[in-house]
Amino acid sequence: MTTHPQDETPPILCVDHVAVRFGGLTAIADLHFDVRPGEILSLIGPNGAGKTTAFNVITGFLRPTSGQVRFKDVPLTGLQPHRITRLGLARTFQRTSVFPSDSVLDNVLIGLHREGGGRLLDAVFNLSRERAAERAARENAREILDLVGLAGRAHEMAGALSYGEQRLVGVALALATRPAMLLLDEPVSGMNASETQVFVQLLRAIRARGVTILLVEHDMPMVMEVSDRIVVLNYGRLIAEGPPDAIRADPAVIEAYLGKGAAKAAQQEAAHA
Amino acid sequence: MSRPARRRAGSFHAPIPEPSVTQLLQHLANTLVLGGTYALLGIGLTLIFGIMNVVNFTHGALYTFGAYAAYIASVALGLDFFLALPVAIVAGLLLGALIEFVLLRPLRGSDIDTTMLVMIGAGIILQSGTLWVFGGVAKSIPTPFPDAPLQIGPVSLSWVRVFVFAAALALIALTYAAINGTKLGRAMRAAFQDADTAALMGVNVGFIYTATFAIGSSLAAAAGALLGPVYVVFPQMGDLAAVKAFAIVILGGLGSITGATIGGFILALAEEFGAGYVSSGYRDAMGFLIIIAVLLVKPTGLFARAERIG
Amino acid sequence: MMRYLPLALLVVLALLPLGLSDPYLLNALIQTGIFTIGAMSLNLLLGYTGQLSLGHIAFFGIGAYVSALTALGFDVELLFGLRVVHEPWSPLAGFALAVVIAGATGYLVGRLSFRVRGAYFVIVTISFAEVVRLVALNWVELTQGPLALTGIPGMRLGFPGLGEMIFRTKVQNYYLVLGIAAVSFLVVARFTRSRFGRAMRGLKENEALALSVGVNATRTLTIAATASAAMAGAAGSLYAHYFRIVDPDVFLFSYTVTMVIMVVSGGKGTLAGPLVGGLIFGLLPVALRPVMAPEAQWIVYGAVLILILFVMPRGIVPKLEDLFAARRARPVAAQKPIEAEGRP
Repeated sequence: MTTHPQDETPPILCVDHVAVRFGGLTAIADLHFDVRPGEILSLIGPNGAGKTTAFNVITGFLRPTSGQVRFKDVPLTGLQPHRITRLGLARTFQRTSVFPSDSVLDNVLIGLHREGGGRLLDAVFNLSRERAAERAARENAREILDLVGLAGRAHEMAGALSYGEQRLVGVALALATRPAMLLLDEPVSGMNASETQVFVQLLRAIRARGVTILLVEHDMPMVMEVSDRIVVLNYGRLIAEGPPDAIRADPAVIEAYLGKGAAKAAQQEAAHA
Repeated sequence: MSRPARRRAGSFHAPIPEPSVTQLLQHLANTLVLGGTYALLGIGLTLIFGIMNVVNFTHGALYTFGAYAAYIASVALGLDFFLALPVAIVAGLLLGALIEFVLLRPLRGSDIDTTMLVMIGAGIILQSGTLWVFGGVAKSIPTPFPDAPLQIGPVSLSWVRVFVFAAALALIALTYAAINGTKLGRAMRAAFQDADTAALMGVNVGFIYTATFAIGSSLAAAAGALLGPVYVVFPQMGDLAAVKAFAIVILGGLGSITGATIGGFILALAEEFGAGYVSSGYRDAMGFLIIIAVLLVKPTGLFARAERIG
Repeated sequence: MMRYLPLALLVVLALLPLGLSDPYLLNALIQTGIFTIGAMSLNLLLGYTGQLSLGHIAFFGIGAYVSALTALGFDVELLFGLRVVHEPWSPLAGFALAVVIAGATGYLVGRLSFRVRGAYFVIVTISFAEVVRLVALNWVELTQGPLALTGIPGMRLGFPGLGEMIFRTKVQNYYLVLGIAAVSFLVVARFTRSRFGRAMRGLKENEALALSVGVNATRTLTIAATASAAMAGAAGSLYAHYFRIVDPDVFLFSYTVTMVIMVVSGGKGTLAGPLVGGLIFGLLPVALRPVMAPEAQWIVYGAVLILILFVMPRGIVPKLEDLFAARRARPVAAQKPIEAEGRP
């Protein structure tokens, strides 16, 4: 069951005609879409469509050549990545999603490094205050690990976990920053079908806590199952936008993914089904 | 560890009666001479950094090595002065190749810190070895040039310096020609862009790395062999040279050969005029001031290569 | 197992002077202690943030000069006829100022060079040390230049109601250095285990990920550089008040290299590493002195540095930890961690 938030609610994230060019190469030509609070929006497209570039622009790792990204009406242009995270916009990474030579618990504690707010000199000299903050942070970390289902792995080295589990650590790290919105970069790639199902449940649980989710993913069944809306990119341009059912039937999308002939065949198949 | 007092590099202001224009021209002439060797030093270092991503802490020791090689060739072996220079360059080439083969090749793929620390270790061994073998007393290399300086208008330059400048320019030109005009140079440029892609295109990256390190080392040795006869030769002469080479490379942008060439002349200019018009005691501090200015204004250096896509 | 090593070391070192009267050895131990504090401070940066300060001796030397000048007093003329006269203060004030001023220079150097990542910090620190050496050499009115600052008083501690304690003998200085070393160790331990330490570790392991969880890279690295430089300044102050003489040679690159070797061989990023490396490389000259010339000793150090990087790149302490862990884990060896599958 998907909820359709009212169109009038102001968007939490607004990608406003963003373009990114590296020298002569255009990674994103003109990208424009909004994310509404509380929804799960997926950004899909064939390889090289500019999805990861879009992610990097939104989270401040890349500067757009033109256009602007606004989060809760705050323009993000020129803000450093850590500033954007502190505004409540957290992300995961496609490849390296963990601090490999720390335990899973310590990974989340690094994510929680801003909690407690102890001052620098407290950290060295004020034992009691620092201990209390430390205890609170550990409790917090346990809670997050429970949520993502890694509580049993807390003391293992993050770099030694399976690929799928490392993705979960990445999500736990992002959640540790207490985000209002979460950007997930291909979170289920490398996961098997049952792991993916568990992950879908996790996404719903996170959304139930009021966190808006923007998802970049290749796993189409998973995207169709979990998304409220889908935005489709190809060659750095937006080619379709809408709920999963509409996207599934959109000829432009099918063409982008499968080529022209396939689009026709799929349409016929859809008509028969 | 006891060290002999460092000799002030470049205490060569002839007592010039007329300040103003004459002095200015003299400083400019000195700048050109000094800048040529600085550029050699900088190019060698930036080449190795740009292609191999190694911060070469043997660079100073190789500079010293070049000076001692020239000293041995001309004094101990009695070779002609003009033959001592190529001998020193070839010796630097061979030593560089050896260092790369023994110390860096097994560490390919390790992080930049590990190779940097290994290079520090190698630099210590080279420098202490020189001190052990030759002692701390400074040596001088005799030259066949006449004592009377070359007089161009109001500017006077010793013939050694004129030769050093010409030789440095020739070597810089040779390096450019080799990098832009030969097959090896093309392969080096390919490895500079992206070693993995170059390997896929059939470039023998292992050989390129050895060649790069050897060429970079020979340039440092050439700078040492050229400046050895101008100043004196002593085991710690490379320390300051290395610091200056780093300043030049930061100024020009890590990995930029053009940047290092121009950076060498800019540093020479700053030193020459800083020493001439501000205070000669702080001549060697100019490199640091330049580094600060660059970091404040354009942190990637004046001629940094464009950021990679992706 | 390694957790108790520092404590055991402290006990042994505290008892050592009871059975040791050789002033030469005692002197070597004090010098080792001072440089081990320097190595601990270097480890805070190199080991926990991955930033190599190759001009670390600058902070040490600044601490030494500041402490010496505070205790000796000075009278210098600045630009525009401005004259600064300083009457001698207590060495304790010198120690405090050494920490503060060295820390402040660490802040400035960090602020400047952490604008860019990579080799810049290394190069900025190394040339910064060279400039500070030039100032010490050339500002003769303040530093006496190559003639050195001499007659620096020994450290004095005042106890209200109990009078003053002056550190004159070697044994007294030994315990002073041991005490400061213990405090430095605790500061590093607490600092690195705090949330600041976590941010530092995060940056070292995966900078992009650390940024994405809100770590302010420039600020975190600058804090680490400040703390590290302040601690090096403390070591420099101890040096000045123990040797009673400071000259521009305290800024020599080889001292920085000594500290780097101590940290790298012992194990960067471990608490016990600099202690182990510091003791080995602090006392190695004592063992090597009868058999070889100083130049030859340096060849040995360089070779050992290279050898350690090839054989145990993480250092002695992590290697020992692995050995202990392997012995303890043998009964449950079947429970191997799952290998990462299909990592790109």
